[in-house]
Amino acid sequence: MNSSVKHSNPAAMVTADGVPLKVSLSRAKRKNKIRALLLVTPLFLFILVTFFIPIASMLLRSVDNEVVEETLHRTVPMLQGWDQTGDVIPDETVFAALHKDFVDGYRDKTIGSPGRRLNYEKPGFSSLFRKTARNSKKFEPPYQAAFIKADEKWGDINYWRVLKRESAATTDSYYMTALDYEYTDLGVRVAKADDQSIYVQLFGRTFWLSFVITSICLVLAFPISYLLSILPAKSSNLLMILVLLPFWTSLLVRTSAWIALLQQQGVINDILVSVGFLADDNRLAMIHNQAGTIIAMVHVLLPFMVLPLYSVMKTIPKSYMRAARSLGANPFTAFVRVYLPGTIPGIGAGSILVFIISIGYYITPALVGGQSGTLISNFIAYHLQSSLNWGLAAALGAILLVAVFALYILYDKIVGIDNMKLG
Amino acid sequence: MNKFVKQTLLATAVTAAMVSTASAKELVVVSWGGAYTDSQQKAYHEPYMAKNPGITIINDDSSNSAIAKLRAMKEAGVVTWDLVDVVAFDGMLACDEGLADEIDHDNDLAKAPDGTLASVDFGDFIVSPCFIPQIVYSTTFGYRTDKVGATPPTSINDVFDLEKFPGKRSLEKKAQNNLEWALLADGVSPDDIYDMLATNAGVERAFAKLDTIKDQVVWWEKGAQTPQLLADGEVVMGSTYNGRLFSLIAEEKQPVAMMWDWQVFDLDGWIVPKGTENKAEVMEYLRFATDTQRLADQAKYISYGPARTSSAPLVGKHASLGIDMAPHMPTAPANSKHALITNYSFWADNVDDLNEKFYAWLAN
Repeated sequence: MNSSVKHSNPAAMVTADGVPLKVSLSRAKRKNKIRALLLVTPLFLFILVTFFIPIASMLLRSVDNEVVEETLHRTVPMLQGWDQTGDVIPDETVFAALHKDFVDGYRDKTIGSPGRRLNYEKPGFSSLFRKTARNSKKFEPPYQAAFIKADEKWGDINYWRVLKRESAATTDSYYMTALDYEYTDLGVRVAKADDQSIYVQLFGRTFWLSFVITSICLVLAFPISYLLSILPAKSSNLLMILVLLPFWTSLLVRTSAWIALLQQQGVINDILVSVGFLADDNRLAMIHNQAGTIIAMVHVLLPFMVLPLYSVMKTIPKSYMRAARSLGANPFTAFVRVYLPGTIPGIGAGSILVFIISIGYYITPALVGGQSGTLISNFIAYHLQSSLNWGLAAALGAILLVAVFALYILYDKIVGIDNMKLG
Repeated sequence: MNKFVKQTLLATAVTAAMVSTASAKELVVVSWGGAYTDSQQKAYHEPYMAKNPGITIINDDSSNSAIAKLRAMKEAGVVTWDLVDVVAFDGMLACDEGLADEIDHDNDLAKAPDGTLASVDFGDFIVSPCFIPQIVYSTTFGYRTDKVGATPPTSINDVFDLEKFPGKRSLEKKAQNNLEWALLADGVSPDDIYDMLATNAGVERAFAKLDTIKDQVVWWEKGAQTPQLLADGEVVMGSTYNGRLFSLIAEEKQPVAMMWDWQVFDLDGWIVPKGTENKAEVMEYLRFATDTQRLADQAKYISYGPARTSSAPLVGKHASLGIDMAPHMPTAPANSKHALITNYSFWADNVDDLNEKFYAWLAN
């Protein structure tokens, strides 16, 4: 651009007050840039604080393991010289360091946390640390004997092996658990037995159910959206309210309503029994299982499919179909070759919205999912609130995040993200 | 003139607001919500606020996720809670992690009316130096009287007997209690249960017993679910907290009865979060709210047993129903012929491992 200006105009152009045009222009541009930047700043800061920083901290937490090293800061360096592959427990010097760490840790109330942390790796550490800490002040040298007298687990080499393995500042053990692997006491990675593994299967189930829910939403929403887009404004507005009304109703109310409808002593089963369609002792189990999760989540997420579809269909002129018909296409061909391609941006937008929302869905499956309808998010919530294993919750969340990214890229490759229209 | 009046009014309002914030203290008390918080409101909070007009007590129903939130508060460095009601197990955790202050039970809490020290009056219920016991509750069974035929269930074996009592049962979605009950129903002596659960073979035996009823179980996560399932007739019998069953039976008059066999005792009580800004006021409140009379008063509103030995003789009648509450306490002799006391140190070590096995068992 610059060079072409130079070629056509060898003498530099100036504005009325004598400033070269280029300078004046770039000044005006800069002003605009700063203004634009200032306008974006609040949103950027908001996203930074509420979105990027939490995600970064989640990723950090999934590998963070500083609590052991920090609390046992005398013992951990001394363990470097100890051979965990042998069959001798650490010597008196390590135990003396451990004693100091325990006395300090008990005084500062910090000794419980590494105990809890190590208990995830090997059950028993929790009470071992609590019990030992309580008595540690009274220990007399030789400390090795004193510790083992307080709790014989200190003489068990396997506890020491786990302690040494998990004493680094970072750990991959949360990811191991999240992928159904575990360490043996000697530190060898092994896959868990099939009847002991949970999470891989749950990830699979979460993606599969999300896919099923998205498909059902699409099949249900397509005709509704079409109807909405061709009806005259008056009646389509009324229909639109019917679509939006549940959208505005509390999620818990809607989910509870499904429980009342679908349970075995519920409205639907009662009706089926009273008309003689079902025997009284053979009522359908439609809730507290996968069916319950699918039905309730399709209902909750349907508007997310209807709205983008509707907004896209609204813009497709009716004359297209008429033109196709007049050019000799039968209704089916006209629909498949002319109308359907036009709705792809809406289908793409609706599907990706519903799919990604359902992957992270949590309240509805918790209430109506039973044992076969719970999703990975229910386990993340469980580890966050009940088991309090935040590292594992973070690792599960990070895996989910990566999986969603991967799907997003796949979607971009197949459908194209530019080809998406939200309204 | 008008402007002058306005300014004066404004100044007065501002001063008034400043004075009122200076004299009134707000204590945020975290508890379980529902009927339980109501009972605390009536037995503890209202009489205390009547005696101390400068204190306002605000209820927060977050006990379900209390430890998670306390941890987050500690990390953020801002503690907004003053007193938290937790189960004993969470109380131990909070103490281990330095989330709660230690209590000098004898000096911080009131003596029994006869002068017995608090530590003696609460006895073994003080399971952690941070924990102030409040009630003894139990997890036990309720059954539909109209759906069990002529002979109602009387023993834990009946929960596992699908022939005598066909139909769905609801159990809590966790390993705790269920594994113990499974072993008891499989004929293990109550004294051996925790030794057995410490071995793989014992855990497998418990799961094998649970396998026999697995496809007839509805798993609950919130205490309100079993009462709802019983009221709807969705299950024939189910486990939940005894206080919930009491209100289902006595207050809502549902056709449900208690099955106390091998109820599991547990404790609930207070912890003082480390870093609360109102420590002095909270300790003052605690001295009042955990004395012998107050603990007995709470039993007027909900059927949980007071944790002080000295409160038991003072338990009276239900505040609105007028029924004698003593026979409805889990600790009443007729109810506690067979009762298990949760082994806290066992579960502190094994809760993560066994729950993981439990969820894997559920999924497969």
